[in-house]
Amino acid sequence: MRKVCTRILSIVGNVVMVRAEGVSYEELAEITSAGEKSLAQVIRLDADMVYLQAFAGSRGISTGDEVKFLGHPMRVGFSESMLGRIFNGSGMPRDNGPAITENLIEIGGPAVNPAKRIIPSKMIRTNIPMIDVFNSLVESQKLPIFSVSGEPYNELLARIALQAEVDIIVLGGIGIKYDQYLYFKETLEEGGALARSIFFVHTASDPVVEGLMVPDLALAVAEKFGLQGKRVLVLLTDMTNFSDALKEISITMEQVPSNRGYPGDLYSQLAARYEKAVDFEGAGSVTTLAVTTMPGDDVTHPVPDNTGYITEGQFYLRNGRVEPFGSLSRLKQLVNKKTRADHRPIMDGMIQLYAQYVETEEKRSMGFRMSEWDNKLLRYGKLFESEMMDLSVNIPLEKALDRGWQIMAECFKPNETSFRTDLVEKFWPKT
Amino acid sequence: MSNRTGKIISITGNMIAVKFTGDIIQNEVGYVIDGKRRLKSEVIKIRYDVAFMQVFEYTKGIKVGDTVEFSGQMLSVWLGPGLLAQIYDGLQNPLPQLAEEFGFFLPVGEERDAFSLKVKWDFTPLAKKGDKVTAGSFLGWVPEGIFEHKIMVPFNVRGDWTVEDIAKKGKYAPDRVIAKIQSDKGKTIDVNMYFEWPVKIPITAYRQKLPPKEPLVTKIRILDTLFPIAKGGTYCIPGPFGAGKTVLQQITSRHAETDIVIIAACGERAGEVVETLREFPHIEDPRTGKPLMERTIIICNTSSMPVAARESSVYTGTTIAEYYRQMGLNVLLLADSTSRWAQAMREISGRLEEIPGEEAYPAYLESRIANFYERAGLVELHSGDQASLTIGGTVSPAGGNFEEPVTQGTLKVVGAFHGLSRDRANARRFPSVSPLESWSKYRSFIEKGLVDTAKEILFKGDEVSQMMKVVGEEGVSLGDFVIYLKADFLDAVYLQQNGFDPVDAATTADRQKYLFTKIVDILKKGFPFRDKEEARDYFYNLRHSFIDWNYKEWRSKEFKKQEDKIDVLLKR
Repeated sequence: MRKVCTRILSIVGNVVMVRAEGVSYEELAEITSAGEKSLAQVIRLDADMVYLQAFAGSRGISTGDEVKFLGHPMRVGFSESMLGRIFNGSGMPRDNGPAITENLIEIGGPAVNPAKRIIPSKMIRTNIPMIDVFNSLVESQKLPIFSVSGEPYNELLARIALQAEVDIIVLGGIGIKYDQYLYFKETLEEGGALARSIFFVHTASDPVVEGLMVPDLALAVAEKFGLQGKRVLVLLTDMTNFSDALKEISITMEQVPSNRGYPGDLYSQLAARYEKAVDFEGAGSVTTLAVTTMPGDDVTHPVPDNTGYITEGQFYLRNGRVEPFGSLSRLKQLVNKKTRADHRPIMDGMIQLYAQYVETEEKRSMGFRMSEWDNKLLRYGKLFESEMMDLSVNIPLEKALDRGWQIMAECFKPNETSFRTDLVEKFWPKT
Repeated sequence: MSNRTGKIISITGNMIAVKFTGDIIQNEVGYVIDGKRRLKSEVIKIRYDVAFMQVFEYTKGIKVGDTVEFSGQMLSVWLGPGLLAQIYDGLQNPLPQLAEEFGFFLPVGEERDAFSLKVKWDFTPLAKKGDKVTAGSFLGWVPEGIFEHKIMVPFNVRGDWTVEDIAKKGKYAPDRVIAKIQSDKGKTIDVNMYFEWPVKIPITAYRQKLPPKEPLVTKIRILDTLFPIAKGGTYCIPGPFGAGKTVLQQITSRHAETDIVIIAACGERAGEVVETLREFPHIEDPRTGKPLMERTIIICNTSSMPVAARESSVYTGTTIAEYYRQMGLNVLLLADSTSRWAQAMREISGRLEEIPGEEAYPAYLESRIANFYERAGLVELHSGDQASLTIGGTVSPAGGNFEEPVTQGTLKVVGAFHGLSRDRANARRFPSVSPLESWSKYRSFIEKGLVDTAKEILFKGDEVSQMMKVVGEEGVSLGDFVIYLKADFLDAVYLQQNGFDPVDAATTADRQKYLFTKIVDILKKGFPFRDKEEARDYFYNLRHSFIDWNYKEWRSKEFKKQEDKIDVLLKR
């Protein structure tokens, strides 16, 4: 027997309150307003007062609207037929296809038992040298892309999605611009990857709270595919919008804010999503890449700061390039010893030289005299930036390593670099 | 006491309010009955006939009106043989067993025994009939891995008791009665090999607490030499993300010279715990030749596990650590990270609608932190033996800023501060403990004079390096430049340590003394350099040979050979 209320007692922000009994925590309800149905979720129970977060926003809701409790928490369909489909933040079709009603699964399920996790060991190749060579992406890793508005982070995500060797791509868009959504769709379509992708898209014009469900929907579906043995890549953009939606709800609910208005449980909320990244022993895996835009390019802002403590490294995207210094893949050590003997030495050696170049560049800009060695470094730095760092470079790892040796050979003599003799003998290009 | 129940009247997140009748206890455990599920919860506030309880599980699906059963007991852990080498969640449920029964995901509302009551242990009595005993007295022992696990008089008995009866040597299960003791008032109780203890109450069944004096060797040079830890002392490691807090803790957990290590992974990444729990069974403890896991207990409540259990995981770890200390052992508790624990308190405090303090942390944050670190200590047991519990906690300050409440609250109560610096981490100088900011109140095993000399060079070297940033290398005198080179040399060959190299990862106390004395000699020495180029070349050479030296096994042939090379360099 589904409970129905016909009187909404209060509407504050996007939270509505009704009186009802026998309602369970996080249960879903349907609000019918002027013939339109929208979803709401129970976020607080106080005696018979039920507080609901209305996903479509409270605008236009009348105190006389009907609230029907559905008797279950938020669920999402799960089937192969979802591949190539696009849904909104409530899990309803955004394309013109049918709604998925079969095989519904709960979202925001329990955490994976740490005793069942395994040490990640498989690399995901992206053909982007700054990732593959210097900060390899590893299956089951959770990595944010720290960036600022205006940087091509969505282009980077789309490229990784196209080129990564994974079975299924799940894209979760939270508060993204409509044209970005179209961009993702077109790029994946042209690249032939749309057929193995599922989109959950909440655009900037949709009600803010609807974006809150997107990560959970995307991750619940990804997790199920992972359990079926699929290698799933989840792309989330942008988690700062997600955090802002959390902030909005918590302020509406009169919770005490902790830092810059964000709720005290921001860390736990983000962690619950990021920790869904996992390598299932004997089955598939879930890898998460999430864009986090840093307001004011400030890494100590609560959202990037909390994220950094949760994730296994981060990519900094600045000036259209993946920064070599701040970027870090904590798991790269687990995969880069098995690729090629020169992978690790190139990774360290080239960055050390690039760091020297940066210092020299600073000296040059201050007007210090340039020595012969400085000039070599300057030449190296330019080559490194154009041939390795530029995002348009699209070559497999082995080619990138070869190119690394070529760049160094063009600029230096072998003994000017810090490579071991046996590596130089084997890899240094002979002229 | 049992059969008392209540009804849920409100739910917000993991906080429920329960209307009850009869008496309940602060911090009492209750269970929310939701169909077949029983969700463990703890009373944290009582107002008139309403108890506010934090639920240790996700509250999805529970309803107003659901029944709560009170257990009559505070949140407790089991103490007895079988704890070592275990992996528990924050409430002492064995995770491998849950994995076996429930697969990949953690079940909701399931509890399991902390250790098996079926396994039989080889008991040897230590007490005999007629012996006078008190709480914590040894009645006997069972072998647990490499240790003599003492079977003790439960810590909750008060006053003097007499052993009435004690079991003979033999194999017994933990729940078998192995002794009967009688109080001087004539009351008799049965004692078996395990008992429960409430986690939030410190175990104090010892004669007195002593000031920590003896250094705890971690084999990490920068810590042991410059910022030592003492057995029974406390220390904290604050640092921004990516500075290597967890790696430092992991290295400590491997190499520290202590009997037992308890790792409380509190609200951190699951992946990091996985490395420990997958690798430790295969790493040999150089001191015993047994797998490291045999001296380790992992309490693991990672960031995606329920928040309330995160708060209790730190207490669970501490209580188990105190229990092993009662046996006369030296125990090291590593809590990673105490900020997550503090945040868990903040979340709960927010839901209780308490008036917030700084950054919305509760006003009692500092006293809770102090209470936690105060459970460490060197103690003299009733037997006269000394035992210690050392606590090291990492702190993850928001934005890497040490001025925040958790770092500040911690600094007030710990004996050593190992501040990690993002600059050092970015420069790949590991361990990234800042030699300029850190401090320790404990004494090192290295002579104080030598340490002071080294610190002085470090500070002066830093000054020169700051100066050079402004006026360039040309702008400083040769003498200052040499000081800068000396500081850089000390940093590179001694303070930095390669945690991934089998030899360099752990430097014994003897080797540290030997190496450090030699380095300080160099720091004190005057060098007749003609110019900066020559000085730089010389120190770069020296640095190279010392780093090579660090990779040679202590007292091996290669070690000696490399030292001869260095000595030749030094004579020049």
